[in-house]
Parts: sequence; structure tokens; C-alpha cells
Amino acid sequence: MTGASGFLGRAVAARISAAGHEVRTFQRRPSGVPGVEDVHGSITTAADTPYAGLAYAVSGMDAVVHLAAKVSLTGDPAEFEAVNVGGTRTVLQVSQRAGVSRFVYISSPSVAHAGASIMGSDALPASPEHARGDYARTKARGELLVLAADAPGFSVVAVRPHLVWGPGDTQLIDRIVDRARHGRLPLLGHGAALIDTTYVDNAASAIHAALDAAPAVHGQSYVITNGEPRPVVELLAGICGAAGVTAPGWRVPAFAARAAGSVIEAIWRHRAGTDEPPMTRFLAEQLSTAHWFDQRRTRADLAWTPSVSLDEGFERLAAHYRVPR
Amino acid sequence: MPAVATLPPSGLAGLNPEWSSLAEVAESENAAVTHGWHVLDNGPQLDALGVIPVGTILCVHGNPTWSYLWRGLLASATDAAASGAPAWRVIAIDQLDMGFSERTAGFRPLARRVRDLGDLTDALDLAGPVVTLGHDWGGVVSLGWAVDHPELLAGVMLLNTAVHQPVNDAIPAPLRLALGRGILGPATVATPAFLATTLALAHPPLSSEVKRGYRAPYLTSARRGGIGGFVADIPVALAHESRPELDRIAEAVRSLAVPTLLLWGPRDPIFSDRYLDDLVERMPHARVHRFEGAGHLLAEDADYAAAALLWLGDAVAPALVSSSRSRNGDLGTLDQRMGASPSPLTAVSGLLAGDAVAPAPLVETVSATRAAWEAAATHPLWHYLDELRGSDETALVDMLPTPRTVSWRLLSRRVRQIGAGLVHIGVRPGDRVSLLVPPSADLTAVLYACVRIGAIVVVADAGLGLAGLTRAVRGARPDFVIGAAPGLMAARALGWPGRKISVAGFPAPMARLLSVEHTLAELISLGQARLSAGDDLPPEPAPSDPAAVLFTSGSTGPAKGVVYTHGQLSAVSNALFLQYGVGVGTGLVAGFAPFALLGPALGARSVTPDMDVTAPKTLTASAVAAAVAAIDATVVFLSPAALVNVVATAAALTSDDHAALAGVQRFLSAGAPISESLLAQAAALMPQATAHTPYGMTEGLLMADITLEGIRAAAGSAARPQTADAAVHEDGSVLLANPVGGVCVGASTQTTLIRISALDASGASVGELSEQPDVTGEIVVSAPHVKDHYDRLWLTERASRRGAVPGERWHRTGDVGHLDSAGRLWVEGRLPHVLVTADGVVTPVGPEQRIETLPEVSRAAFVGVGPIGTQQRVAVIETVPPARRVHRASEPLAAAVRAMVGSPVAAVLVVPGLPTDIRHNSKIDRSRLSRWATGILSGGRWVKP
Repeated sequence: MTGASGFLGRAVAARISAAGHEVRTFQRRPSGVPGVEDVHGSITTAADTPYAGLAYAVSGMDAVVHLAAKVSLTGDPAEFEAVNVGGTRTVLQVSQRAGVSRFVYISSPSVAHAGASIMGSDALPASPEHARGDYARTKARGELLVLAADAPGFSVVAVRPHLVWGPGDTQLIDRIVDRARHGRLPLLGHGAALIDTTYVDNAASAIHAALDAAPAVHGQSYVITNGEPRPVVELLAGICGAAGVTAPGWRVPAFAARAAGSVIEAIWRHRAGTDEPPMTRFLAEQLSTAHWFDQRRTRADLAWTPSVSLDEGFERLAAHYRVPR
Repeated sequence: MPAVATLPPSGLAGLNPEWSSLAEVAESENAAVTHGWHVLDNGPQLDALGVIPVGTILCVHGNPTWSYLWRGLLASATDAAASGAPAWRVIAIDQLDMGFSERTAGFRPLARRVRDLGDLTDALDLAGPVVTLGHDWGGVVSLGWAVDHPELLAGVMLLNTAVHQPVNDAIPAPLRLALGRGILGPATVATPAFLATTLALAHPPLSSEVKRGYRAPYLTSARRGGIGGFVADIPVALAHESRPELDRIAEAVRSLAVPTLLLWGPRDPIFSDRYLDDLVERMPHARVHRFEGAGHLLAEDADYAAAALLWLGDAVAPALVSSSRSRNGDLGTLDQRMGASPSPLTAVSGLLAGDAVAPAPLVETVSATRAAWEAAATHPLWHYLDELRGSDETALVDMLPTPRTVSWRLLSRRVRQIGAGLVHIGVRPGDRVSLLVPPSADLTAVLYACVRIGAIVVVADAGLGLAGLTRAVRGARPDFVIGAAPGLMAARALGWPGRKISVAGFPAPMARLLSVEHTLAELISLGQARLSAGDDLPPEPAPSDPAAVLFTSGSTGPAKGVVYTHGQLSAVSNALFLQYGVGVGTGLVAGFAPFALLGPALGARSVTPDMDVTAPKTLTASAVAAAVAAIDATVVFLSPAALVNVVATAAALTSDDHAALAGVQRFLSAGAPISESLLAQAAALMPQATAHTPYGMTEGLLMADITLEGIRAAAGSAARPQTADAAVHEDGSVLLANPVGGVCVGASTQTTLIRISALDASGASVGELSEQPDVTGEIVVSAPHVKDHYDRLWLTERASRRGAVPGERWHRTGDVGHLDSAGRLWVEGRLPHVLVTADGVVTPVGPEQRIETLPEVSRAAFVGVGPIGTQQRVAVIETVPPARRVHRASEPLAAAVRAMVGSPVAAVLVVPGLPTDIRHNSKIDRSRLSRWATGILSGGRWVKP
């Protein structure tokens, strides 16, 4: 598994390891998952160091879960390209050479998203031309790359979890909580857009299920969610409530946020520093238009259903933050 | 400027180039002269599929369109054939000088165009059977061909057209403009204005690609000559060259006996409903469907192709298949195909009265009519008016403006006088008389007079709203309108058809302004004179004659006209008698139409309380008590909306009022669902009375009944958990997650049968009619008092009888629900409001009931958002106190609602008011709410539903 030191990666590695599989991880930092063998390295520098670490990590394995990616709202386009396209190509080639028979690529619903509301549609083909932003565009290209490599004896499945969250998540939850705590979390529009999310345990179990089902469902893409869309403001309130901070109380019209996001994004490009801009056009769209998916094919094909409901997820989050309920 | 026929350019939207071919055809009168035709034909495609067509549909476009008009039918017919349905060859021609056919040098009047078409079909060697299909002036040409080729003709289909233009009638304004001397050339030929005007008649507007398709053959004025020629050929004057041919065709269609289908778009400024009336009068056996909202370009506005193929399958194909079987035994595959298409309706359709209402034959003898009534075991509606004609007992009391008592003797005499007066001014059996009179003694007398002389009463109420009422009255095409001032003013302002009669006298200028020809007083004296002169009323109508057109509430889509025969209306009276004992001597407070009007038919004395019928919410408890006291009423009928206000104004009741109400033995609230608490509060005002709520609809007025005690008992039984979550039955139908809930409406009334047609996983009611308990599906009813048919809505009528047992009259209610093991019916919502989630089918009423148990919720609607099959559940609620603006429910309220529902609810939205129908103010338009919630929850504008 690549990228096992991240929030989702740790959960997936732990789950697959707990199921009795031998797991080897590959990333720059220790994964921190007990019982797995960490191999350190980078999927972008791997090419310069004759694949040594990566080739070893993959050798003798039956399956590869490729999770490593550059996930960010802004950044150097070349870096997105290098990690999400180049790195994916490298992992794919090394896996093929090592005789791996299953390859699960962790993708994102944004690879097929052109900015309009998504209300109950199933996974559409990845479309780099229409994807918004460097992350989505490069993930889309990565997905097309791996699916094209699907072949007899090499079963490729693309899994697209949507907005993964849970205790210990620094990407989404901590940012929301941090902004809310400092009163910097506005509500976009009326906050009624229905958004479906994925509790981290459900994302992990779905990826595990995709690994199991790969020989039967190879060549396909699946969106993964809890299947419980809620108005975005309720989700934010649920997260903030669990973290013991005040939910957003002020409102910015969605169109204004989108416009502002575009401007801020442009400024951030020419600005030194590594911090994230407060708002991007992509994020504004994400938070003001509906994003929920038809989960029937996913659940039937992967023989999987989410085991942790949204409300149970909020409870676990509250426990994590030690907020009495 | 002559030009040869050509093939259309490639790339026209919806037009398959494989259909196009050219034919060179000699004129029958002069073989030396030939013309080039462009023709669309799916024959080669059918050959390629290896199927044998059952017949050919010969399509003739009008002006200024071309065969492009029929591209949808060519595609649908070919698709149907490919999927194994009976194959229809479709030939759509471009008339000469039109489309891509030749631009000839000469002028082509109607007779010549009819001959041209015959020459073409001869040249194509077109064998029968042929069904013609025409639109606009192509309708006339196609009918000309039809009457000239009886040996080939198997059926006739028409879209907005006309075969008759009365010389003294005003011709439609847009056409008058085009015919104006200076306009003809410029508008129709020199510029594409006439074409543009026609294309602009589509509802909704045509896409630019389709407009491009229509314009393709008419890009230059030279190519538009035929358009001008066609307009010039409209025979508006007797002396017109084409007049004799038009008259020949118009008369000859009267003798056409083949199945006929008329599909009509009412929003047509040229071929208005009066031309439809004329066609129906000439071809009374025709099936008619008016697509409300569609107009002149019906072929673009509505799915005429599906309607045509459905009708061909019902009415034409079976005869052709059986005859071809007798000719040729080797049609095995075709037989199998026909056998495979389940159409038990074919057997029933023979029993149906046509949508056209044929006038009752005047020669019918009285004894035959009597025998027919006896066979039906019911009385005619005027039975007691005859029987009690000498009685001075009270028949009616009008509480408005001051109490007025009418004896049976007077009512009987008035009915005969008005009836004779109506006959005198020309009302004939089968004529339609629209009644725009508020419930009153006048209305009752006029209504019984009309039905007695065999006129058909059209009862459209203000509860439809003015726009709905206008659509309804126009669609019902009354020959006469009898109205009070407001109705007549609306009729005048909105141009409703029919000769006008006023119930009140008006000053002459006012009468002229409202086009009032007669007053009720005049009718009475005219009628009295006629009766005194020894002229009796015309023979009584028979049970099978149409008696009334009522209208559905229009809570979902335009109100539909529902036709009842005399026998069926009498059966309604009989059902009231059997169920509630309303009969001779009963005092009845008639606060709810149409039951209210049936008092005299039952021999009961009835009183109309002081209320504004257009606003039932204004009825007070005191007004009800006064009405009860006026006739010692024992039975009270009220609408649910009225009941709300009666309960709310109970504090004003005096001790005398209470004493009067204590004499009531039964009260009914009908028309829409009612809560147990409201019924209980009303019952408390009438302590001796049994409270009933009947279940029914305009199409079947009294299907089931339950008492307040029954409702309480049912509530107890529903509390028991029934079964586990959604499961699939052995027969494939889906048993829903329980408790499904619903409103218990009780057991079927004595003469009613209730069945359930189970829903499948997609929410469609496809199950066989069944009495199996605890299966949710569409409620299907049968009774002697179920409607006869929908008025000029053949498709709707056909759908309402889908799956019916041959020989029996069943009606699909559009309600969903289930029967319980005790035989009680539970209503769970409307079929189009069913949610289809990823977990299965969910009916709305159960969750709504559970949400409404929350103290902070006054009313709830449970709707689906998103694609069928993966819909999200959304609750939309009215709160206590009412919200002033739309907002999301607070977190605690949303949590409470979610806890009540039990299954995942995506969002809880609070609104100031839920959208309901005007008539009952209670039928929630969940379809509209669903669209609204979809907008809100996709991040759209925050507007009121």
C-alpha cells in the first residue's frame, strides 16, 4: 500500500492487516500502523533510485493499493503532475513487473465533476478535460492510466471515496474545526446543498471490499459514500458540535464565495508560503452545490455496506475530542 | 418557378436519411405529366428487420410544414417493430409544391391535391390495410384520400384539423390576417413570416435544430410558393373553387365506419375546439384525446406517436391480424407477438361508451326506458319529483339570502317548467349545459330539469380556480351556460362557449353585455305555456345515456372531465341510501357537492347552509345549526375544509343551536382525508351522531366508509408492528418497510369492490388485481356508481382501466395503499408521490403521520429528491406556530423528525404553507414540493414552494 501514513491510508492498512493479510507500506514517513512492514521512499523519487524501495515493497505481494497522492487545494501544477500522474505510472509499472494480480487505485469523485450539482448519479468516466483544479485533473489522468492497464491477470479497480472524515483527520475535520474556532468558517449560500460524506471506517472497509472483489469487478470505478446526504450546514454543525466549537453563524452568498475563491486562488499562486488559501473556487463550489451519489451499483458489486452511520460517526468524533454528549 | 424534387440535406435533427426516397408519378388525368415526390418511408428498415407490417400509416402534413412533422412516428414505429410489437410501415409524403417535392408550375386546389395523393399511392402500389394520418389542411387531404379508397382503409387518425368552415362563422383571426389581400403574398411567400408564426405555436418552444428542420425546404421565396397556394386554397367563401370538394369530403366522412382517433391540442388559435366538435359530430365513434397544454403543433407538443401506436394496437391491429390469419395461415411469429402483448382491455373496449357522446335516439319508447331502469334496479334521478309531485312537504330550504322553503309540489312543477322551457329554446337531448350557479334551490331545479330532458349537465366548481375553471368549461364545450352573475361575467370575460341563460333578471344593457339570451323566469313561463298547450316533456333518458360531466379537483395537473351516465348517477344515490339510509323523510344538510345535489333524487329534504361555496372555510357552526334547525336535519354533509371552521367557531353556538345539533344522527365529511381529532371535535358538537368519512374521488364518489369508532379501532391495530423491513414477495411484488402506516378509510361500501395492484421495485403498479392483505399497491375500484369515462381523454381513460378484468368496469384511482387482514383499506398516498429509494419503495402518508405526532408540527409532506431508485427522503413541514419564511428545521426539530421517520432523512425543511389544491385545501402537491426541494437542496435559489 502506498500512502499509508495518511489519515485514510492508516485506516486501510490497519483494516487489511487486521483481516489477516501481510501488509507492506510504502511512503516517506513511518505509517504508525502496528503489524505492517514499512518501506520508506517516495513514488516520485523512486524513478531516480532504480525503484529500489518501491520494487522491494511490491515484490512478492498479491495486490497493490495505491493511495499516495498530492491532495491539496492549491500548489504547483508540476508537483500535482509529478505525484498524481508520474507517481501513479511508476507504481503501476512496478506492480505489473512484479506480477501483482490486483491493483486498487484510490481516486476521487472530483475526477468526473465539472462543477454542477451531482444529485444521485453513479460514477461517470474520469474526465481530465472537465475536472476542476490541478488535483482533480491529475487524479483523473491517473485513473484513466490505471484503468487502461486492466488486463487478464491484472485486475484494476478505481475507488472514489467522497469527503472522508473521522477522528484524527487533519485534512478536513481539523481545518473545519480550526476555522470555526477562530470564527473564520462562513456558511456558503443557505447551506442547504446536500452533501454525502464517508466516515473513515466505511472508506476503509469499502477499499478492502474492492480488493476482495477486484477479479470480478475489474476495470470499473466506484464512488464510495456513507449514502446519507445531509445539507452541508448540518454536516458542519455535526462536526463542530462533536468538536465542541460553535458552528458557522455567518453567511456568504455562494456566488460571492465562488468569485472570491477565484481571486484568492490567483493571489495564492504568486505568494510565497505553503499554507492553504482560505477559500478556493473549487472549495466554494464543493460547499454550495449538491454532491451525492447513486450507491446501488457500488454496494451490489463490492458486496459492501457502510457499517458506521453519520450520527455514529459524530459520536465517535465527539469521543475523540472528549466532548461530553 | 418549377423545381424538381430533391432529397433533404443531411443532418436535419431527428430525420434518418434512410427514410427518404424520391418517386416520379404520372397524373392520372394526363399520363404525359409527371411530378416528382419526396417521401419518407420506414419500409426498407422493416424489410431489413425481417418483419411483415400489419399495415401502413399514410401521413399527410399540413401547411406550412412537411413530412418532417412525422419523424417521431417513423422512429417510434420502427423501434416498436424492432422490439417485437406489431410492425407499422409509415409513409409520410411531402405534398407537391411543399417540402422537398417538386415545385410545379400550377395552382393545386384541394380536389387536385386529393387526386395527387391517390396518384402517388397508386404509383407506390400501396396495398391495404392503410390508416391515414393528417394534420392541419393535410387532415382534409388525408380524409379525401380515405373516402376515395374504402377498399384499402382500415382507420383514420387526425391531429388538429377541420373539414368544415361554416360560411357565416368568423374565420380565425390569424388566418383572416394571412388571407387579407395585401398580406397573402408578402406574409406567406415573400418572407418566411407565416412559417415562423406557425413554428412559434409550439408549447414548449421548438429547439433551434428542429426549427432548422422545418425551415429547410422553404429557405427562398421561390420554394415557398406552395405555402401561399395552400393559404389561398382555404375555402372561406361558398363560391371558392375548393368549396365543393371540401363539402364532398365533409359529408363523406359521415359514412366512414373505420376506427377513428382524434388527437387534439386545445391551445390552437386556428383549429380551435369547435372544429373538434364538428369532427366528433361527423364521426361520433371516434376516440378523442385532448392534450391539455398542447397546441397546433401537437406533433411537437405531445407524444402523439405513442398515442397513435397504442390506439392502433387496441383498435386496428387485432382486426387486421385476425383477418390476415384467415387469409394466410403462416403468420406464426406475428401471432405470437400479438399474443405476447397483454391487452385484456381490448375485450372491454367494446363495452365502453365512446368519448364522443352520441345523442340519445328520440324515438326510444318509454316502456323500453322503464324496463332498462328496472333492470338496473335503481330509480331515475327524477323519480321522487314525479312520485311526490302532489306533496306539500318540504323538499328544499335555501338559507341564503333569507330562508326560503320549497315544497315537493313546487320543485316538481318548476323542474317540469324549466325543462319544457329549455326544450322550447332548443336544448336537445345530449346537449351540454354548463351550470355556473351556486348551490341553491335554483341550481337544484335547473339541474333536475336538465337531466330530465336528457341534457348533460356540466358541473365545474369555483374550487378549480378561474384558470382551471376556464380550461374545464372550454374543454367541456357546453352548448348552453346557465349562470348567476359572477359565472356569466367570467364566461363573458374569458370567452367561454355556449348560449347564455341567467338565473336572475338583469337590466337589458347588462343582459346584452353578458350575451344573456334568456332568464330563468322566462324559461319558466315559456315552459309553462308549452306544458299548458299539451306538449309533454321529451321521453325520459335511458340509464345508459350520459347525464353529467363532473371535474376532478385538478390537484395534480389540469382538472379532468368525468362523464357519468344516468344509471351511474342513480347508482350514486343508491349507494348513499344503502350506506347512510338517506331516503324519503330524511333531512339533509347539503354542505358538500355533489352529494348535496342528490337530496331530491333520494326523496330527502335538503338544506344548503349559508356559506360561500367558493370558500368552504367560511362556514360557521351557527350556520350549520341554523340549517339543521330549518329542516330538522338528521344527516349532515360537510367538506373537511368547512369542518375546520365549524369546529373553530363552535364557541358562538347558543343553547338552541346545541339542541338542534343534538338531533343529528349522522354526519359525513367527504372529499379529502381528515384527522381523527378534527372528526372527534366535530362529533362532540353533534353528540348523538355517528361520524363518517367516506373514501372516494370524482370518478367514484363513495368507495369505502369508516366511522370515528372505526378509525380509533384501526389506530389500535396499526400500532402493532406488522412485519420486518422491506421484503420481496414470491410474486415479485415488494412488501414495504413497516409500519407503512396510512389513513384507514374503512371497508368497501356495499356495492363496491376494492383491489390492489402491487407496486414493483420501481414504484410502478403492475401487479394483478388482488385482495391479498398487507401488499402496497395502486387502489383499483369497481362499483355501479364508478364513472363512465373521462371526457375526451382517451389515453387517460385507457390508463385508468389498465389491467381490468374483461367485462368488468374497474377504475385505477391513482391512490396507493393496502388492504389489511380485516378487509379495511389504508391509503398511503398518491402513486406519483411514491418515493423510490435505494432501500425500496416508500409511501409518504405513514412517515407524514408519524412526523405530525410531534407537537411542533402541524402538517408534513414526505417527498423524494433525486433519481428514481436512489431518491433521498426529505420532510417538508408546517410548524406550530406557522413559519414566516422558508428555512431549514432547527437541529432539535430535525432530529425529532428523523427519529419519528426511523429511516434516513436527508433534510427537514420548514415552509409557511404547503401547496394544496384549491377545492379541498388539503391535497398536498407532493410532486411540486419534490421539484422545489430538489432546487433548494442542490444549492439553488431559496424560494417558496
